[in-house]
Amino acid sequence: MGTFSASEGADRSGEPRVEARLSEVSRPSSPTVVFPEDKPLRLESGQLLAPLSIAYQTYGTLNADKSNAILICHALTGDQHVASRHPVTGKPGWWEALVGPGKPVDTDRFFIICPNILGGCMGSTGPASLNPKTGKPYGLDFPVITIGDMVDAQVRLIDHLGINQLFSVIGGSMGGMQVLEWVTRQRERVATAIPIATAPWHSAQNIAFHEVGRQAVMADPDWRGGNYYEDGVVPKNGLAVARMAAHITYLSEKALQGKFGRNLQDRAARSFSFDADFKIESYLRHQGSTFVDRFDANSYLYITRAMDYFDLENAHGGKLANAFVGTKTQFCVVSFTSDWLYPTRDSKAIVKALNAVAANVSFVEIESDKGHDAFLLEEPEFHATVRGFLTAAAAKRGLAAYARGI
Amino acid sequence: MQKAVPFAGQQRADHLLIAEMVAPGSRVLDVGCGDGALLKLLAETKGVDGRGVELSREKVNLCVKHGLSVIQGDADRDLADYPDQAFDYAVLSLTIQATRDPKTVLTNLLRIGRRAIVSFPNFGHWKIRAQLLFTGRMPMTPNLPEPWYTTADAHLCTIKDFVDLVALVDAEVEEGVAFNSKGERLPIRRSLSLQNLLGEKAVFKLKRRG
Repeated sequence: MGTFSASEGADRSGEPRVEARLSEVSRPSSPTVVFPEDKPLRLESGQLLAPLSIAYQTYGTLNADKSNAILICHALTGDQHVASRHPVTGKPGWWEALVGPGKPVDTDRFFIICPNILGGCMGSTGPASLNPKTGKPYGLDFPVITIGDMVDAQVRLIDHLGINQLFSVIGGSMGGMQVLEWVTRQRERVATAIPIATAPWHSAQNIAFHEVGRQAVMADPDWRGGNYYEDGVVPKNGLAVARMAAHITYLSEKALQGKFGRNLQDRAARSFSFDADFKIESYLRHQGSTFVDRFDANSYLYITRAMDYFDLENAHGGKLANAFVGTKTQFCVVSFTSDWLYPTRDSKAIVKALNAVAANVSFVEIESDKGHDAFLLEEPEFHATVRGFLTAAAAKRGLAAYARGI
Repeated sequence: MQKAVPFAGQQRADHLLIAEMVAPGSRVLDVGCGDGALLKLLAETKGVDGRGVELSREKVNLCVKHGLSVIQGDADRDLADYPDQAFDYAVLSLTIQATRDPKTVLTNLLRIGRRAIVSFPNFGHWKIRAQLLFTGRMPMTPNLPEPWYTTADAHLCTIKDFVDLVALVDAEVEEGVAFNSKGERLPIRRSLSLQNLLGEKAVFKLKRRG
């Protein structure tokens, strides 16, 4: 790291946040369901995982026949706080643009469930959780997991909630990968699906960026082979660099140029040093330093690995369409023009496979210069699409009675 | 895909005819579905399970916002993805003349749908013939409003030409109707000459031979 610390400039309030984050691992403020030792989750790797905790948030009210449930699957660095204040950062929910009362995913109308994924660090079992065999945090003894394993864990939660069929499964980016695994693994249980800004497999470029991030974490002396928990240290610098590199991939060249250009940060001239002279440097350092306060470094390793392993085509005999044979799910696939991380051609591959089995599919490409991040932002055309799709699908299934103002 | 000119303030006459041609509750793929007017009509009047393909992103977004199942796509490129006989009807409404390869598109429609329904502007209409004869320039009409250098209509044909293509791709006409300039129907039977002269547009229901 040498001349600069990526967490430089982080406010001192970071320390209590680390405390709050660690508390969320073992004593989450969210409702949590625990599946005991005698009911292990069989992972794709063949390993068994128990006990299994799933922390989750719900919004809205489940109707009498349990037909209005929507599962929201979060992305790599997301969590269950989709539409409520984050217990560590105090920030609003990460998808309040889309989810809430009167919003396109209307909590006045639907019952929204958002679990923290398997491998996460906000109360669901992950590498920071206690290993029952040792009584210490798993660290690298945590088994390598897949997107399919995350979905199998979510299935247990949905079973636990007594919901037979989900009205919709919605997710962007890695959340979209979970949506695709849901419709292939639980084909009778998903009425509609909205995979957003996602892909049926992780590309070489995406694996490459993840590897850079993981190597940055592992190169941090405070990572300590993954056993940093007990030493009271956090591989902050490594994780911050990983976040900085990843953050570039979430934006577009045009957005970076438009937002930052070559503008200098709080100075009139170059400093002839390695300080954050440029606004873009300062912005990335801020992104890095705030991220380490709320995210576990090992979780970052495990979740990026799960994404790298995702290949729905390979899992279905080399033909993506085989994943969807016989599907009754109604799909709405969404991509964004400036997203180069999960470009439109990846969404089109999904659509092509769905067409090949004559599935019911809508596909919309949204014009945006905000890059991959667009799915999290205020994008009226995207939101109108989700609203229209869900409203029509709800009417078709007799859910119209719950509609407000219709 | 195509800037079809609607009959002002009412359903397009060709849409109404197509709605009569499809069986209630059937599965329909509308290729070049535009703003989704036909899909909406078919859903409302015939309880059809409809899907659409449309080239224009704006029109696709409009359709999906209104709850129609529509994807962005291209008749020339994307029809190959669909399996055989996936639909009861594959509809191509006022679009075939704007495709790069009408023969392949028609073959694909007849493969994907048990029936294909195709409508197109008739280049054999007397006004078009008269314009070319008397002005010596490419004709422009309310159905074909764009000059030759901007129009997407690269493959215009007459009713007679179309019927020849139907035979060439080993299909047959189950029903054919031409519309005159007042929107009145002129059923197409054995002799094509009169309809080819008076019809501004034509709608054909086709099936594969044998």
